[in-house]
Amino acid sequence: MSVWTITGLTFKEAARRKILWAAFLLGLAFLALYGLGLYTLMKSDPQSFSEVNQLIRNQALGAPLVMALYAVNYLTVIMTVLTSSDTIAGEITSGTIQSIVTKPIERREILIGKWLGFAGMLTVYLLMMAGGILCETYLLSGYVAPNIAQGLSLMWVESLLLLSITFLFGASFSTLATGVITFGLQGIAFIGGWIEQFGDMIHNQAAVKLGIAASLVMPSESLWRRAVYEMQSPIVKAVGMSPFSSASTPSQTMVIYAIIYGAVAFCLAGRRFGRRDL
Amino acid sequence: MDLAIQTNKLRKTYGRKAAVRGLTLEVRRGEVFGFLGPNGAGKTTLIKILLGLAAPSSGSAEVLGRPIGDATVRAKIGFLPEHFRFHDWLTAEEFLRLHGRLHKMEPWRLKERAPKLLDLVGLRAHRNKKLREFSKGMLQRIGLAQALINDPELIFLDEPTSGLDPLGRRLVRDIIQDQRARGATVFLNSHLLSEIEITCDRVAFIKHGEMIELRELQSLIEGQITVELRCKNHSPETIEGLSQWSSYVRAGGESLTLNLPDETALPEITRYLIARGADVYSITPQRLSLEELFIQIIGTDAEL
Repeated sequence: MSVWTITGLTFKEAARRKILWAAFLLGLAFLALYGLGLYTLMKSDPQSFSEVNQLIRNQALGAPLVMALYAVNYLTVIMTVLTSSDTIAGEITSGTIQSIVTKPIERREILIGKWLGFAGMLTVYLLMMAGGILCETYLLSGYVAPNIAQGLSLMWVESLLLLSITFLFGASFSTLATGVITFGLQGIAFIGGWIEQFGDMIHNQAAVKLGIAASLVMPSESLWRRAVYEMQSPIVKAVGMSPFSSASTPSQTMVIYAIIYGAVAFCLAGRRFGRRDL
Repeated sequence: MDLAIQTNKLRKTYGRKAAVRGLTLEVRRGEVFGFLGPNGAGKTTLIKILLGLAAPSSGSAEVLGRPIGDATVRAKIGFLPEHFRFHDWLTAEEFLRLHGRLHKMEPWRLKERAPKLLDLVGLRAHRNKKLREFSKGMLQRIGLAQALINDPELIFLDEPTSGLDPLGRRLVRDIIQDQRARGATVFLNSHLLSEIEITCDRVAFIKHGEMIELRELQSLIEGQITVELRCKNHSPETIEGLSQWSSYVRAGGESLTLNLPDETALPEITRYLIARGADVYSITPQRLSLEELFIQIIGTDAEL
């Protein structure tokens, strides 16, 4: 019961602080621009998009789609960290948490309630943005990317992983420090992914291992690379790498590792928040 | 005796600094207990420990008969934090409903209770206003309403009137008296003497994290007197000998200050001084005010 009270409060706060509206309206602008862009591309180069050559057509449609999903992925990452880094650290600093935790509610219920609130909002955001991109592409061209369900699930898991990590640091540090640490880790994951891909391209096993080690430190980016691997057209898979694609593909084991990583981060957040002085 | 709060050698250190040093304290059920001390004496730290907001470094405490941190106890407690920091994007009514729901109150009960509390603290007209638009006095009022929403058995008020106008102070005083009449226990943290003097049954004096003195306020005001003596030619041994009557002796030049339980020992003290060769010019007994007691107990040193 109390968990849902906190979840509702989290939603209400996001609404009252105009976060929901801002994300929704700018998301609509993003989707409108993507649709317009794709429409213009298809008009200006009818040959690439012609239905005669399915291979070229799939590549021509798959590239902007994956590019847009890449942008959605990064937007979701940023939204996750920006919106949630203040929810624990900020309430501790301001002291608003004091009148909450002195009520007959367990501290872990507060944490779970907040987590569910943010997870709900991020799910809606991701569905609206990624779902919007996929729908627009289908409506304009009839193209359906492969493995949409797996791809979106992986992007979703990535945002939940980041949410749990943000909660962990938010239970220990200030709002700004939480943001700096989480984005810093995301940077490590990002550059690690690149090292892994380059290493794979030039067949340098040491570089690949270094990249995987970075993914073990922070597995978020590997989830995106797995997602894009699932959703890109077979021909792009065969051709190799671009910023928006994945050459060296993270394994299923890495996906499971990321899920466990997130669960452990959330449990540690609960432990830290449960014990600290407020 | 039925106790609302019982602490045993509570200690809390932050790094190398001790905020609370071995505090042993008993608060009876149904009394208004004042916790008086200068800023930074450890008053808020003690409240935080009793509410489970901070863990003690050592020692133990029981609140309403249960160890601290017990959720069933939190259901019977009301708390007004210092500085009244609340979710300021909620309206007054939403704020009260939220805190009622956190107390697991039924919606129908909350529907009755919230308007009553808004009336009690005089905020009914502002019930749909967001807290961020509230003045400090209004925030304190809604904070008090929040602390009373569950009809608590024990209420903690941390500096409830700091920086408030006289009307706000009177409201706090009235509410404290109402709560006592209802049978609730009130634990009041304050550095304001007048506030304690008017509302409390007992008062503990705290300084540097230690309880220095515990007094019944009624007997304090009715009974004890301070005696100012003006005399010359008294030796340090003579002054030392005065401690057989007075727990507190202060000598400064010609003036001597003593604390006595009542006036009966005055002639004897006079005879004692004269017998030891002191020249007595005047003896002025006075009722001891809380302020004088505060200064005597806490001291006047600037490093409070």
